[in-house]
Amino acid sequence: MNLRRDVFQAIADPTRRAILLLVATQTMTAGAIAANFDTARPTISRHLQILTECELLEPRPNGREIYYQFNPKKMKEVAEFIEPFRKMWDDRFNKLESIMKKYK
Amino acid sequence: MEPKTKVHAEAGKQEYLITREFDLPVHLLFKAHVDPDIVAQVMGTKVLSFEAKKNGSYRFETTDPQGKVIFQAAGVIHELIPDKKIIRTFEMGNTPFGVQLEIYDFEKLSDETSKLTMHVIYESVAQRDQVLQIGLTWGINMAHDRIQEIAGKLK
Repeated sequence: MNLRRDVFQAIADPTRRAILLLVATQTMTAGAIAANFDTARPTISRHLQILTECELLEPRPNGREIYYQFNPKKMKEVAEFIEPFRKMWDDRFNKLESIMKKYK
Repeated sequence: MEPKTKVHAEAGKQEYLITREFDLPVHLLFKAHVDPDIVAQVMGTKVLSFEAKKNGSYRFETTDPQGKVIFQAAGVIHELIPDKKIIRTFEMGNTPFGVQLEIYDFEKLSDETSKLTMHVIYESVAQRDQVLQIGLTWGINMAHDRIQEIAGKLK
């Protein structure tokens, strides 16, 4: 449960979402990712660390470089994250439907 | 089976869409959103006031058996077209969720079926995400109630 919350918080940040979009199409090194942003390199490193910690990114060491790879499985958990919210509305609408059927 | 209620919430946006098809004629689906007694039943709250008209306002309040207020919500209706549309604001008291703008579209599918599309917009992405998280708390509470109910029967 906490992990899912972390994933959701991770993608709430616009820079981290931009990073995910970049990496979703191709694996990239930290340097290549940082080159796409005006943000200071340590800030990007911190974002990469957060994305790695919640497993949205997978680091793949290759020689002296670390390549970052997108983990689509984790994004699926974001969809699961809103499932309780969907269920809440579903229950409310089911109730509405059964109440209103009496007025038919 | 495809779920009847669908939530479409994209990451990084300050809005979401909820859609649902009902086995109800559209006028009954609409009535459930403007009749104070029915709103009270569906929402499980007391309706203190509900003026179902343009520029009308509404207030909900739920108290526990000791009289302590546990839920408060209020808003203003900006548009109300019978069996078609409601635009209103909704604000929960004593929460950090802010004011949400709600656009309800009511659609007739057949004489006996209808569809509701709710478009809900927030001031910020963070506020929207917080609201999406309510479901988690709610789910836990429901599970808790269910456990109590079952435990109660075991006594």
